[in-house]
Amino acid sequence: MRVPVDWLREYVAVPATARGLDIAADLVRVGLEEEGLHGGEITGPLVVGRVISQVPEPQKNGRTIHWCQVDVGAHGQQLTSGGPQEIVCGAHNFDAGDWVVCILPGGVLPGNVQVSARKTYGHVSHGMICSERELGLGDDHDGILVLNRYFADRPEVLASLVPGMDAIALLGLDRETVEVNVTPDRGYCFAIRGIAREYSHATGAAFTDPALALAERAAVAAAQGLGSGYAVELADTAPIRGRVGCDRYVARIVRGVDVQAPTPPWMATRLTEAGMRPISLPVDVTNYVMLGLGQPLHAFDVARLDGPIVVRRARGGERITTLDDVERALEESDLLITDSGGERVLAIAGVMGGAETEISDTTTDVLIEAAHFDPVSIARSARRHKLPSEASRRFERGVDPELASAAAQLAVELLVEHGGGRAEPGVTDVGTPQGSEVIDLDLTLPARLVGVDYPAARVIEILRAIGCAVEGDGVSADGADLVRVTPPSWRPDLRNQPDLAEEVARIDGYDKIPAIVPTAPVGSGLTHDQRMRRLVANLLAGQGFSEVWNAPFVGDDRHAALGYDVAAARERTVRITNPLSDEAPLLRISILATLVDSLRRNVSRGFKDVALFEIGLVLDRAGELTPAPTEDVGVQPSDATLAAIRAAVPRQPRHLGFLLAGQRERAGVWGAGRAADVMDAIATALAITEALGLTARSMAADPLPFHPGRCAAIELPDGSVVGHVGELHPKVLSALGLPARTVGGELDLDLLSSASGRPATAVTLSSFPIATSDVALVIDEAVRAADVEAALRVGAGEMLESVTLFDSYRGDQVGDGKKSLAYRLAFRAPDRTLTTDEVSGLRDLAVKAAAGAVGASQR
Amino acid sequence: MSGPNTNYDPVEVAALAPEAVQGALDAALDAVAAAATLDALKAVRTAHLGDKSPLALANREIGALPPSAKAAAGKLVGQAKGAVSQAVAARQLTLEAERDARILIDESVDVTLPTGRRPLGRRHPIELMSEHIADLFVGMGWEIAEGPEVEAEWFNFDALNFDADHPARQMQDTFYVDPPSSGLVLRTHTSPVQARALLERGAPIAVACIGRVFRTDELDATHMPAFHQVEGICVDEGITMAHLKGTLDTLASHLFGAGITTRLRPSYFPFTEPSAEMDLRCFVCRGADPACRTCKGTGWIEWGGCGMVNRNVLSACGIDPDRFTGFAFGMGVDRALMFRSGVSDMRDMIEGDVRFDAQFAMEI
Repeated sequence: MRVPVDWLREYVAVPATARGLDIAADLVRVGLEEEGLHGGEITGPLVVGRVISQVPEPQKNGRTIHWCQVDVGAHGQQLTSGGPQEIVCGAHNFDAGDWVVCILPGGVLPGNVQVSARKTYGHVSHGMICSERELGLGDDHDGILVLNRYFADRPEVLASLVPGMDAIALLGLDRETVEVNVTPDRGYCFAIRGIAREYSHATGAAFTDPALALAERAAVAAAQGLGSGYAVELADTAPIRGRVGCDRYVARIVRGVDVQAPTPPWMATRLTEAGMRPISLPVDVTNYVMLGLGQPLHAFDVARLDGPIVVRRARGGERITTLDDVERALEESDLLITDSGGERVLAIAGVMGGAETEISDTTTDVLIEAAHFDPVSIARSARRHKLPSEASRRFERGVDPELASAAAQLAVELLVEHGGGRAEPGVTDVGTPQGSEVIDLDLTLPARLVGVDYPAARVIEILRAIGCAVEGDGVSADGADLVRVTPPSWRPDLRNQPDLAEEVARIDGYDKIPAIVPTAPVGSGLTHDQRMRRLVANLLAGQGFSEVWNAPFVGDDRHAALGYDVAAARERTVRITNPLSDEAPLLRISILATLVDSLRRNVSRGFKDVALFEIGLVLDRAGELTPAPTEDVGVQPSDATLAAIRAAVPRQPRHLGFLLAGQRERAGVWGAGRAADVMDAIATALAITEALGLTARSMAADPLPFHPGRCAAIELPDGSVVGHVGELHPKVLSALGLPARTVGGELDLDLLSSASGRPATAVTLSSFPIATSDVALVIDEAVRAADVEAALRVGAGEMLESVTLFDSYRGDQVGDGKKSLAYRLAFRAPDRTLTTDEVSGLRDLAVKAAAGAVGASQR
Repeated sequence: MSGPNTNYDPVEVAALAPEAVQGALDAALDAVAAAATLDALKAVRTAHLGDKSPLALANREIGALPPSAKAAAGKLVGQAKGAVSQAVAARQLTLEAERDARILIDESVDVTLPTGRRPLGRRHPIELMSEHIADLFVGMGWEIAEGPEVEAEWFNFDALNFDADHPARQMQDTFYVDPPSSGLVLRTHTSPVQARALLERGAPIAVACIGRVFRTDELDATHMPAFHQVEGICVDEGITMAHLKGTLDTLASHLFGAGITTRLRPSYFPFTEPSAEMDLRCFVCRGADPACRTCKGTGWIEWGGCGMVNRNVLSACGIDPDRFTGFAFGMGVDRALMFRSGVSDMRDMIEGDVRFDAQFAMEI
C-alpha cells in the first residue's frame, strides 16, 4: 500500500517536521512494515531556468551537444560572475526561450546523484538541465523536461514561471509517498483511512475519521431519499458456509455527469502516487474513494441498465465478458450483479465489471455501487478467474460493512463537484450486515499470553483506542475478570481473545516484551538416526567428498537417461501440478537423479576430479495415491481420518548419493594419479557400513544406472540390500554428458539407521602372540573372492583373527579358466601361544573347507 | 732363526727396539687420525693391527727372546697395540657418527611440497549451520523432530489454521501435487512438523525442526525454489511471548554473536496469535545508511515469523488450549548463512560448485 504523505496528513495530525522516513518508522511499530519511500529525494538548488541561447557543437564522437546559456535568476553564476548559467546539454528537444529545470552545483538528484560543476566537451558545465526521469517524475528520458509543454494545459502555472523559482515545490518533488506492507488480516489498512488510524495508534497523533462526516451527510440523504433509489434485490440462494454473498448494497445515482471533465490535478497526483493511473473522472473518483476510505466502488451507466439490479449466484453455463475483454465461464458459486429481471450478467461481484454497462464517453448518468461482499465468496471467484483486482484484494481481506453509505456519499460529492452532475435524491441501501460478534475477554489473558503485566485499565484503554466497545470494568465478584468487547466494524479480523491480546501487545509495543529463556522439558538429545547422518556426512567429507544439495525436481527424460523404466519411475513418485519447469514436474526417486547436475556443473566449470555427495529425501510411493482427507481448522481429526491423512503421504526415505569422477588420487609432484574406479565406490559404501558397526558385503548386481559388470549391491548380514554402488553405465554417462568412468552409489540411510545403533559387545583382548600361515588356492575364475574368504573363515574356526587376500594370479601355472588367490591367515588363541602344528592344522581345515565350498585346491 | 736364544738381547732385535715400536705406534696413530672414511679406517686397522703390521711382527719376535726379556718386550708391544686399537675404535665412532648424520641430511625432504594426493572434502555450510542450530536447541533440552517434504495439505495448512479460503494460503506460492484431489503439497514451511510433533508427543513439548521447504520461486540471486528453515515449538503451562523472545534472542546471539540487536515486529500468521516477525539489525549499515541496499534503508533485515501458537492449532492437535500456551517460530537458515558469511548470491548455495563449500571449514 502506497501512502501519499499529504493525503495521510488530511486524516491524521502528522507533525509538520515528520518526513517519510519518520512516518515509516512509526508505522512499523504497529505492524506496517516499510516497503519503500518514494519522492522527497531531491535537494536543491533545483530551479526554473529560461534558455537564453543554445549552440549546437558537433563532437568527434558523432554526438552533438548544446552549449547553453540559461537564465536561472539570482542563483549560481549570476551571483558569482554576474552572468547566466553555462550548461552543457546533450538533448535536442528545446530551443532558446524554452522554460527548463536546472539542477545547479550542490544539488542532489534521486539515487543520491551529487551535482557539481565539471569540465566536459571543452566547457565547464555548471549543472544540468534535467529530464523527467532524472527528476523521478516519470520514465521519459527522450529529452529534457520543457516546462512550457509540461504545463501546456495549465496556463496559470505557465504564466507564473520566473527564472530562478524553486522547481522542487513547483513540480511537487517534495511530495513523499511511504509504501508499507499490509498483512492479510488488516484489510482496513488498504486505505489511507486505516493507515491514518494506525499512525494515530503508533504516535498518539489526532485522527479524524473521514467517514464520520460523510456518514452524517449520507444519513441526511438517506432520510430524504431512502426507498426511492434504484431498485436492488439481494437474492443469494446459495450462501457459502452460511454467509450470504452480499449483505449490504448501497446505490446512489448522479445524473448529468460530464465524464470528459478533467480529473482535478490534486486527485490525479494522489492516485499516481498511490500507484494507480488516472483514467477518467468517474473511474478516478471510484479509485480515489477506494484508496482513501477502503470501500471498493463500481460505476454503472444508468442508461444501459435494464430494470432492478439483482445480486445472485451464477447459474451453470452463464458467461460474461469482463472489462478486460475476456469472455469468462461462470460457476455456480460466483456471485453476480445482474439486471433485466436477473437475466443479464453485469459484473462478477466485487471482482470485475462487464463490458456492457461500463461507463463510456457518452455516459451522463452514473450509478455508484458501494456494497459489502462476503470475503470467501470474492476470494474464490477472484482465484478461479485469476482476477486479483484492487477491489477483490480488499473484499477478500474484509471491508468495513458500515462504510458503504459514506463511501457512496463521497463519490457522489466528487462527481457533483468535478463532473458537474447533480445527485439524485433517491438512495438505495438494502441488506443488513452482520455486526461484530461480542468477545468475552478475560482481562488477565493479554498478560498471560504476552508476558507483560498489563493492568486491566490499560487493556481496556487500548481496546477502546482501536475502536472496540468495552462493557464492564473487568472487576467481578467471582474473580473472573471478564469484559464484553465488541470490535469495530472495520476489524473483522478480531474474533477471539488472543486476537485482542495481540492488539494490546501491538499498541502497547512489542519492544516492551522482556526476553526470558524457557526451561524445556528434559530432552533425550539427538536420535541415533540424526547422529548417524552427521557421522556419514563427516566421514565422506573426510574421504574427499564435498557435500551438495539440489532441488528435487526431475522429468521423464532424466529417468530415461538414467535407464529407469519411465512408467515405473512415475509410479514411484508424484507429479507437481504447477512445476517451475514443464521439463521437471516429477520429484526425484533417487539422489543420483539430481546429483548428476552438480557433477556436470563442476566439470563444466573446469573441475575434472570431483567427489560429491548429497543426503536427502526421495520419493518411494507404493500403490495408487489416495486422496489425503482434511478437516476444518481448529478441529482435531478423528483417529481414522488422521490415519488416512498419514497414509496418504507417500514414503520418503532418506538416501545418500555420491559420485566420483576423474582421479581418486591426484597426480602431482609425488607421482602419477589414480583414476576413480568401481572399487573406490565399493570402498566408500563399506567405509560407511563399517563406521556404523555393520558387517556388509558387496555382491555383484546389475541395476541401472550402473555398468552391469561393475556394480555391487551392498548387503547386510541378514541379506537386506541397503543400496548399490558401481561405475555408471556408459550409455547413462553419454546421455547425461558425464565424464567417462564416473562411479558412484546410492544408499538408503533409513535402512542403515534401523540396522545400526545397537550396543557392541566387547571381548577381552588376547595378549598371546599371533601366528600366520599363507595359502595359495587355485579356483575357477567364476568363484567370487568373498565366497572363498567365507569358506576359509568357517574352516579355520574361532582362532582365526584375520584373513587377508594379498595376491591373485592368472596364467600358465594355474591353467585356463582358473585363478590363484593367496591368503594370509592370522591366528591367535585367547589363552596360550599356538604351536606350529596347531597353526598348520587350522590352516589345513580352512583349506579343506574352501575345497568343499568352492572347489579350491592348494597350489 | 734357530730356536730360543737365552742370551738374546731384545735391543739387538731390530723389530723390538723401543724406537721401532714407538715408530710403529706413531705411524699407526697418524694413519688412524688421517683416515677420512670408514673404509680408509678399515685399511688402517689392517695395516697397523693386522697380521702383517709392524706391531704384529714385533709381537712375533717376542717368542725368540730369552724369558727374562719377554715380559718387558711384551708389555711394550702390548701397550702400543692397545693404544692403536683404542685410537681406531674412537675414530670408528667419530666416522660412524659423521656417516649417520650425513645420511639423515641426505634424506631430508622439502616439507613445503604440496600434499594434495587426496584432498579433503567439505560439508555444505547450510548443513553445518543446521547442525549448529540443532545443537543449541538440544543444549536447551529441546528435541529435534523431522517430517516429510511431500506433505498432506491438512498438516501444511488446515492444522495450522489456514482455512481453505484464507488469503494467506495464496501467499504461500505452493507447489501442489497432481491431481489436486491428492490433498498433498510440497511443504511450504517446516510448520507441519509442529502439528506432527504436537499430535505424536503431546504437551509439554519443546521441539525444533530444521529442514527443507519449497515455494514456487524461480532461482535467482535472492530466491530459491527450495530453502531451509528452523522451526521451533514450545508448549507448556505459562509459556508467553517473553519466552519466545528469549529463545529467539538466544538463537540470534548464538549464530551472529552476542552483539546482535533484534526486534519483534507485529505481523500476521494464521497459526499464531499474537504474531510477530523477528528482524535483525542490518549487518551492513547497522541502521545508519538510508541508502543501504541490504536493508533497503530500513536498518532492519527480516529473519522469520513467530508468535504464540493459535488456539485452533492446539485444538486441532489435541492439546487443551485453555491449559497450555505455546510459542512457535520459523527462521530462515539460508538467510542466516547469508548474513553470517556474506553470501551475496543464493545460487551459489544450491549449485553444488565445490568451491563454495571449500570456503568454509568443517565446523562453522
